Amino acid sequence: MGQRMLVQGNEAVGWGALGAGCDGFFGYPITPQNEVPEWFAREMPKRGKVFVQPQSETGAIMMLYGGAAAGFRVMTSTSSPGWGLMQEGMSHLAAAELPCVVVVVQRGGPGQGSVRHAQMDYLCITRTGGGGGYKNIVLAPASVQEIHDLVQLAFHLADKYCNPVVVLSDGILGLIAETLEVKVIDFGPLPQKDWAVRGRDRQKGGIRRFIHTYPSGAPPPGGYPNYVAWLDHTGQKYRQMTESEVRYEAYRCEDAQLVLVAYGYVSRVCKEAINMARAEGLRAGLIRPITLWPFPYQALRDKVNLGCRFLAVEDSLGQMVEDVRVGVQGLAEINLLGLLSRHLPTDAGMILPGTVLKEIRRLI
Amino acid sequence: MNLSPPRKVMVWAPKRTLVMPLFGCPGCQHPTIGRIIAEVLEELGLDGKAIEVIGIGCNSGVAMLNIDVIQGSHGGAPDMATAIKRLSPDSFVFTVQGDGDCIAIGAGSFIGALTRGEMITIIMCNNANYGTTGGQMAPTTLIGQETTTTPGGRDAMTDGYPVHVAELAATFRGVKYSARGSLTSPANYQRTKKYIKIAFQKQLDHVGLSFVEILSACPANWHLTPVESLKWIEERMIPEFSLGEFKNVDQVD
Repeated sequence: MGQRMLVQGNEAVGWGALGAGCDGFFGYPITPQNEVPEWFAREMPKRGKVFVQPQSETGAIMMLYGGAAAGFRVMTSTSSPGWGLMQEGMSHLAAAELPCVVVVVQRGGPGQGSVRHAQMDYLCITRTGGGGGYKNIVLAPASVQEIHDLVQLAFHLADKYCNPVVVLSDGILGLIAETLEVKVIDFGPLPQKDWAVRGRDRQKGGIRRFIHTYPSGAPPPGGYPNYVAWLDHTGQKYRQMTESEVRYEAYRCEDAQLVLVAYGYVSRVCKEAINMARAEGLRAGLIRPITLWPFPYQALRDKVNLGCRFLAVEDSLGQMVEDVRVGVQGLAEINLLGLLSRHLPTDAGMILPGTVLKEIRRLI
Repeated sequence: MNLSPPRKVMVWAPKRTLVMPLFGCPGCQHPTIGRIIAEVLEELGLDGKAIEVIGIGCNSGVAMLNIDVIQGSHGGAPDMATAIKRLSPDSFVFTVQGDGDCIAIGAGSFIGALTRGEMITIIMCNNANYGTTGGQMAPTTLIGQETTTTPGGRDAMTDGYPVHVAELAATFRGVKYSARGSLTSPANYQRTKKYIKIAFQKQLDHVGLSFVEILSACPANWHLTPVESLKWIEERMIPEFSLGEFKNVDQVD
């Protein structure tokens, strides 16, 4: 068993990254994730690893591009406005097929919005925000331990597919403290990064590497014969992700009449509400997507086939519910309990278990 | 009519680094900049461990040097170079960027690297316009210069003044070398080569960031012949962008 400690979710990002062998962290301060760059600034240099505070999130993401191109495990973290600034870089990283990890600790929006919790970046993160129709895997933890574990998985998946991977936290998960068991998780072997730039004479056969974002037009190495051949290659990779990487948790779902769908901190609120409902004899359960992209559509479809109805619960005006609709395809009733059901009208308001329970009672 | 100035025959060529032709429009000097970089890399024995980060624009042709190269976003080259150098300090890392890439869209990235005093070298090609996109105004466009977005000539009242990047870079404490050269004569060619060599040496000596700006002809978008373009650099650009070293510091202070 690994070392156990009481840490914040934002600090668990760092312990997870160390477990994954992260070589460099590049991050700009923004609330509510400031504990993340502060942790790396403290812990990386004393381990001989790299921490840089760039001039902006635009800079942070391009530092990931450089570090990833040189074959290193690199990451950044940010919150919602910073995520917007990173989108050009995300598109370039995906185009150049470079692995990296981006942790997003969601806050309320749009604009500067609020510095507190929310789940309002679902669509701009799962659909990708940069130009060109690329994909990024999105992992959604629901506890401090899971932040640590999924950061490690994110590095593995990034290297496996040579693609950016996002870990989507939020202002509550980032700031709560829970017991964390620090451990190195082995996800299996990965291919060598023989594509990385290291200097021509360090390459096999002394053949130079050229990493860039319009592979169709460039001569080999690194080029494809034409544009469509390149897109066909990336398209196949994205299909492979949707077939192999769907992850979700089913909670008290076997006999459920009403299936709640929720991720992140709200999924924990839903579990509490489901336990209360079960005590009243109401058969409610939860499907918690762990990968928001690729989304567990089939898990929802299986429940549709059993005659279940659905309740999407999310701390936004309704974003994840669109994926629930895609999964259900009009074959079952879908309800939404969103941000307007918070217990306070200020940015401190939350969707509480009692509110979810009332909705469960109303629907069953 | 004498179409070309007298030239010396070059008997030495950087054969490890310059194996493919560097492309450009007739009279474009960006390939010449690539050639100088190739010469200096080989003279210092750096080509085997060099990682070149290129910007987006006509400077991209310099990617055809036979060394490891990466290209990412428009303007982000100093960020990419920062990460590579920090993670892999024994690599030799430099960027080649255009004026727009460096000090318009990439100004934040450029100033960020200068502020931190990254141990990298930045080479900026100044051709006073955006070449790749068809000759629009650049931050370095001269007052009165006609471009497709300054059809009446650059007007200081609406378009501002040309930016002097080599002088600007020299003001940063983390920058230990800053110079501006041109390629209008064999003498200027040799001086520019010397600037690049000193700049590369600063990185090898772990002194700090080094910067070289090079005035580069763009006959296609200036609507001049190659020879007229060299004359235009001599008569119009050099009076605005004076040549020489603006900073040369040997120690970290």
